[in-house]
Amino acid sequence: MARLIRMDGTGHSTLAEWTTQDDAAFEAAVQEFRGQLELGYIGTVPEGPGNASQVRELPREADLVILRRPIAGG
Amino acid sequence: MVLTPGASAPALPELGSVPWRERTDARWLARYGRWWRVSTALYTAPLAVGSVAMVAFEPITLPVALATAAHAWMIPELYAFRGASVVRPKSLRNEAAEPVAQGLLGDLLEHDARELQRETGLVLEPGELGTWLVGESGALLIAPGARRVHCFCVRVPDPELPPSDRIAHLLLALRTDEEGFATVANHAFCGAPWRVRRRLPKPMRPALDAARRQAR
Repeated sequence: MARLIRMDGTGHSTLAEWTTQDDAAFEAAVQEFRGQLELGYIGTVPEGPGNASQVRELPREADLVILRRPIAGG
Repeated sequence: MVLTPGASAPALPELGSVPWRERTDARWLARYGRWWRVSTALYTAPLAVGSVAMVAFEPITLPVALATAAHAWMIPELYAFRGASVVRPKSLRNEAAEPVAQGLLGDLLEHDARELQRETGLVLEPGELGTWLVGESGALLIAPGARRVHCFCVRVPDPELPPSDRIAHLLLALRTDEEGFATVANHAFCGAPWRVRRRLPKPMRPALDAARRQAR
């Protein structure tokens, strides 16, 4: 089961879950993902130690997609 | 895992907020490190030489000479304090959500890095530019050879996030685009690791030691 989660004030919230076979669940996750991008979140796919990718579209094959806030110089 | 072609982006989107900055790569860091070394020499050498000269020409000026020499020592120490401060825990914390955030951060780390983070509060992350230590609101980069440490001030502007979520934000950005991460961050200090180590909170020092060993 793949998950779309958002890091927020609760630690993190699970916004959507889907499987590669479940088109309806994936479409709902895509809509949720797009809505979060419009709010300013950035989609990131962890790819094991040392690697991650920013994504602008929800990848169906990903196991975990994390939404994060933009960072800034302090 | 195979991502949809065209759906992923190699560069941090945050780079758009600092378009005037040159991309921070290994050459930029080496150049900046040399600049720090020269500027440190330029503001400490006159004070040190002046204090010696004062005593040599007029021994009665010893108290003033000692004060001048103290300035030569203190100014780099203050800069090092500023550098070490980038990874100090900050006052605003969401402790209630921290266990949940700690779980997610732990999932992003290997066993050794997870243990080190729980003991020291810093995530050790090997990179192309050197070995990183990522904290809640900043990161240290130990350059290859472990003779120099760069201190970067970088944060997530969301006051409600628990500490581990702040670290996870920075870690994911670093893993996405290491040079971009260093470009977005503000460079606070560059100098010898021992200077920074003395100014770190004691529980964090083992993380710097581990990063130095890895960077050698």
